[in-house]
Amino acid sequence: MRLERRAHRPLVLVLLAPVIAIMAALAIAGVLIAMAGAPVLEAYRLILTGAFGTRLGFTETLTRATPLMLTGLAAAVAFRARVWNIGAEGQFYLGAIAVAAVAATVFSGWPPYLLIPAALMVGAIAGMVMLLVPLGLRLRFGVDEVVTSLLLNFVVVLFVSMMIEGPLKDPLAFGWPQSIPVGPEAMLPKLIDRTRLHIGLVIAIVIAVLVYFLQSRTVFGMQSRAAGLSPTAAVFSGVPLAKTLIKVACLSGGLAGLAGAIEVMGVKGYVTTDLSPGYGYSGIIVAMLANLHPIGVIAAALFTATMFVGADSMGRALGIPSYIADVTVSLSLLTMLVSIFFTQYRIRR
Amino acid sequence: MELLEIFTSAGIWGAVLRIATPLIFGTLGALICERAGVLNLGIEGIMTFGAMIGWLTVFNGGDLWVGLLAAAAFGAVFGLLHAGMTVTLGLSQHVTGLGITLFASSLSYFIFRLAVPLASSPPTIEPFQPLVIPYLSALPFFGDALFNQTAPTYLAILLAVILAYVLFRTPLGLAVRMTGENPHGAEAQGVNPIAVRIGAVMVGSALMAVGGAFLTLSAFNSFFPTMVQGRGWVCIALVVFASWRPGRALLGALLFALFDAYQLRLQAVLGKAVPYQLFLMVPYVLSIIALIVTARRARVPQALMQPYRRGER
Repeated sequence: MRLERRAHRPLVLVLLAPVIAIMAALAIAGVLIAMAGAPVLEAYRLILTGAFGTRLGFTETLTRATPLMLTGLAAAVAFRARVWNIGAEGQFYLGAIAVAAVAATVFSGWPPYLLIPAALMVGAIAGMVMLLVPLGLRLRFGVDEVVTSLLLNFVVVLFVSMMIEGPLKDPLAFGWPQSIPVGPEAMLPKLIDRTRLHIGLVIAIVIAVLVYFLQSRTVFGMQSRAAGLSPTAAVFSGVPLAKTLIKVACLSGGLAGLAGAIEVMGVKGYVTTDLSPGYGYSGIIVAMLANLHPIGVIAAALFTATMFVGADSMGRALGIPSYIADVTVSLSLLTMLVSIFFTQYRIRR
Repeated sequence: MELLEIFTSAGIWGAVLRIATPLIFGTLGALICERAGVLNLGIEGIMTFGAMIGWLTVFNGGDLWVGLLAAAAFGAVFGLLHAGMTVTLGLSQHVTGLGITLFASSLSYFIFRLAVPLASSPPTIEPFQPLVIPYLSALPFFGDALFNQTAPTYLAILLAVILAYVLFRTPLGLAVRMTGENPHGAEAQGVNPIAVRIGAVMVGSALMAVGGAFLTLSAFNSFFPTMVQGRGWVCIALVVFASWRPGRALLGALLFALFDAYQLRLQAVLGKAVPYQLFLMVPYVLSIIALIVTARRARVPQALMQPYRRGER
């Protein structure tokens, strides 16, 4: 038995790959649910009804999908150029705290139509800067950006903790460590009243489409793809490698920072150190499930959010730890890697 | 002067060895994988799983050593998963490793929550006690500073010596190093690079899990989510700092632990004057600095992160 590279990748297989991967992950999760002593099919049903069955569940799923789309895009654009940005979690938090720092202070009194775009921009720039550090270290000193961007996540969260217990502490929060609020003018308009769903969802989808055109229709898109496929060949064919990677990092870090800004301005209104339940890390899974395709990211983010919201309510109903959502989602990353592999290779005897 | 007096207490040197132990296990584990040509970013999750399963084994009445063995066995299983995906199939080592980390840590939390329902204070076990060595432990100063540790700490140091010997003085070590430098050449010499890599990743992952288990079986006596706190990533940085040599890995881990122990005591001395978060940043910032200082000079195994497929170049 050996593996043989396919001459071409059948489109059917490419489209089926994520479906098969998710089915496999759900099947393995089913084993764990059964081991926990709960009825498996009932659990699956409860996940779906929890995520989509009620107005609250449905809007909550979309609300959760919003930051996942942006962090998923952040990972997708970076990975396509082989910039291993594992620091989206840190960029998310820095974007969030940057918004909290300026929205109600520097931008105070601005009308919302100026304030909101300006604040979102500040969040994106903070995320950019955060990724330019590890990329700069790679270009200048040859340090692998995987480890540095991972380590910086811890530094940023500690920095945020320092800020919300220090200069940016909300004096009216009864001693709870949380940042000063961004203020009502900086809050993103709701999409549906009396829910948490906000305009950020629309922003994220529009950005996904924009990224798609940027990657498939522009010189930058071609160059970033070339840099990812083979840096040496890219340089030979005249691609300015360092410049391209820096642009990629600005885009990727900016998207992750924007995710943090939108989460603060759309949902909570202030920053705490549990603002993100690992959106940065889940973004990597979203990107891989989408096979790094920007439009696919929208669907992958919806799946991931479904699992998180659905498993939460399923867990409460059946008495199973809601960590089952994280298990399923992370498993789907592994099964996705394998199923992508089999779109490229076949088994020959 | 108070800042220097810290070093004259025996306590800090004991703390250094204690803090270094999980790092030594983890760094040596990552080093074995990378010497064979495989980057194992599953380390953070594997350490978490080791911490959980080791603790759970002892909590359910197992012996402490059985707990360590259980951690090693499950670590090897995760290693097999990583090797199956990156070595047999040749998938991206970066993404697979991160996937393993996310999967292993969420699975640990799931199993832990299932076994131990939410309680206000986490249940505890009776951890390893310091091993009394005749005469040595009774020495003034040095007894407290160096010979007042639990058994796994001595094991970690011994392991670094053994690994250095195996890697540089035995045919097995040569096969591992050849596979990491030039798998095609290794194959020509009759070594099976695939088998060597799978074996190395399994052994390395077992050590990572033991490092995690040290946290719950010796350093602390309970398990809680996110307790590994980036120690795995620090180990990955230490391997580069050590230039892929076991002896330097041991030194690197000890040096790192010295800084960490010092900042912990500094916190107590400086108290409220400096935000405590700045101290907590020290280990991560130190790791990044270590990477910057050594990255250019580092002798990277030449075939690191390059999948090996027979007959494919």
